Amino acid sequence: MIETKNINFYYGNFHALKDISMKMEKNTVTALIGPSGCGKSTFLRLFNRMNDLIDDTRLTGACLINNENIYQKNVRVDALRKRVGMVFQKPNPFPKSIFENVAYGLRVNDMGDKNYIKETVEQSLINAALWDEVKDKLNKSAFELSGGQQQRLCIARALAVNPEVLLMDEPASALDPISTSKIEELIHDLKKDYTIVIVTHNMQQAARVSDRTAFFMLGELVEYNDTKKIFLNPDIEQTQNYITGRFG
Amino acid sequence: MKHSEQELLLLKEEVIEMWKFVISQIEKSKTALLHDDIELAREVVSREKRVDLYELKIESDCENHIALYAPVAIDLRLVLSLLKITSSLERIGDFAEGIARHVISENTLMNNHQIMDDLKVEKMFDLVIGMLTDTFALFNAAKTDVYGKILCKDDDVDEIYKNSFNIMTQFLLNNPLMIRCGLEIILVIRKLERIGDYCSNLVEDVVFYVDAKVLKHRQITLSEEHKTDEKE
Repeated sequence: MIETKNINFYYGNFHALKDISMKMEKNTVTALIGPSGCGKSTFLRLFNRMNDLIDDTRLTGACLINNENIYQKNVRVDALRKRVGMVFQKPNPFPKSIFENVAYGLRVNDMGDKNYIKETVEQSLINAALWDEVKDKLNKSAFELSGGQQQRLCIARALAVNPEVLLMDEPASALDPISTSKIEELIHDLKKDYTIVIVTHNMQQAARVSDRTAFFMLGELVEYNDTKKIFLNPDIEQTQNYITGRFG
Repeated sequence: MKHSEQELLLLKEEVIEMWKFVISQIEKSKTALLHDDIELAREVVSREKRVDLYELKIESDCENHIALYAPVAIDLRLVLSLLKITSSLERIGDFAEGIARHVISENTLMNNHQIMDDLKVEKMFDLVIGMLTDTFALFNAAKTDVYGKILCKDDDVDEIYKNSFNIMTQFLLNNPLMIRCGLEIILVIRKLERIGDYCSNLVEDVVFYVDAKVLKHRQITLSEEHKTDEKE
């Protein structure tokens, strides 16, 4: 389970996240929605401490994964990122073969022997619904794949190190409808093994893939509820105005 | 106002037009029946096609709106409600036409105003027209404050309907040659009772649209909950 308690986050003097408290249950998909600049990506990047890489930022509050505060001093960030995988807006395969892209995390973390790596790469590609399309060209460059395939390869790469949580920052925004549909199906399938948090600007995608939806605006968590509730009868008028397109 | 909002507003306005038209159909069928006005009854029958056309047009527009704009929240509830409301209005229009056809058919209802008074036919008309008009006002204003009062009127309609059997039985015992007339009047009363039911459906659809509450089958749900409580 993921939990944030009174999270406040600052870029310099800019107060980007304001007192956010949220719980995300294991094996659920949580969609983070809201207009650009509302803080949803900043919130997502809390969970693998990607925000640590940005200068002049400050965080207060607690961020827990399985009851462990990931911002405690004794937490190793590299170990955390093994537990919390991330997929970005644009596919970012390494300039390596398809096989080596997926094996990369296993090799740098020294996880298992040659056979283990081979089996894990295959299983990760199966789980990412890519195996049938690439099994005969594992040694080809990852750049030869289509955009949708590259994105699923990045998901396979994230899955290979056996994370508990998968973060997705607009994972289908650069993809065509068929590839988008495959990613969404994949999210459904992955839910049984992983806890997934996804940022999306596509309202219908949030409605299709998530169990719970959080609506952010101006750094505040406006409403967090079951997705069905949010898209049929949200409690807060601001949420309704946003999802129906009347915002602003 | 955004384009999708304008489209939705136009859709709602179409239903408002249909609703007003159906109210006028019922009012005309009432006048035709109570004043033996065959010409007016013929007018109701000939105007029925317009109700059907409204239904086809609105259903098609709702389908297009869902396909093109993928509405959510109150917009989705409105479109879903419009589909159901249109269907109920079309059925109410059919009943208005049916009543008008009784007026035209054999003239059997004429000269029997006493029995219609005894059966409270005019009162039934007034109740269902009141339900239809009051629900229309709620829909138009997107309010639900008095929906309970409207639903209560359907109980009054049902009460008149139930009592009508005894009154009609007595009438036919006293007037055995007027069986055909009695049957026609009973069919009119049955249609008015069904209009009351459809008006209740309209109330439920408006409440779903405005408040996202499901009133449908509420008595069944309550009794089932009661049974579950008892088991526990």
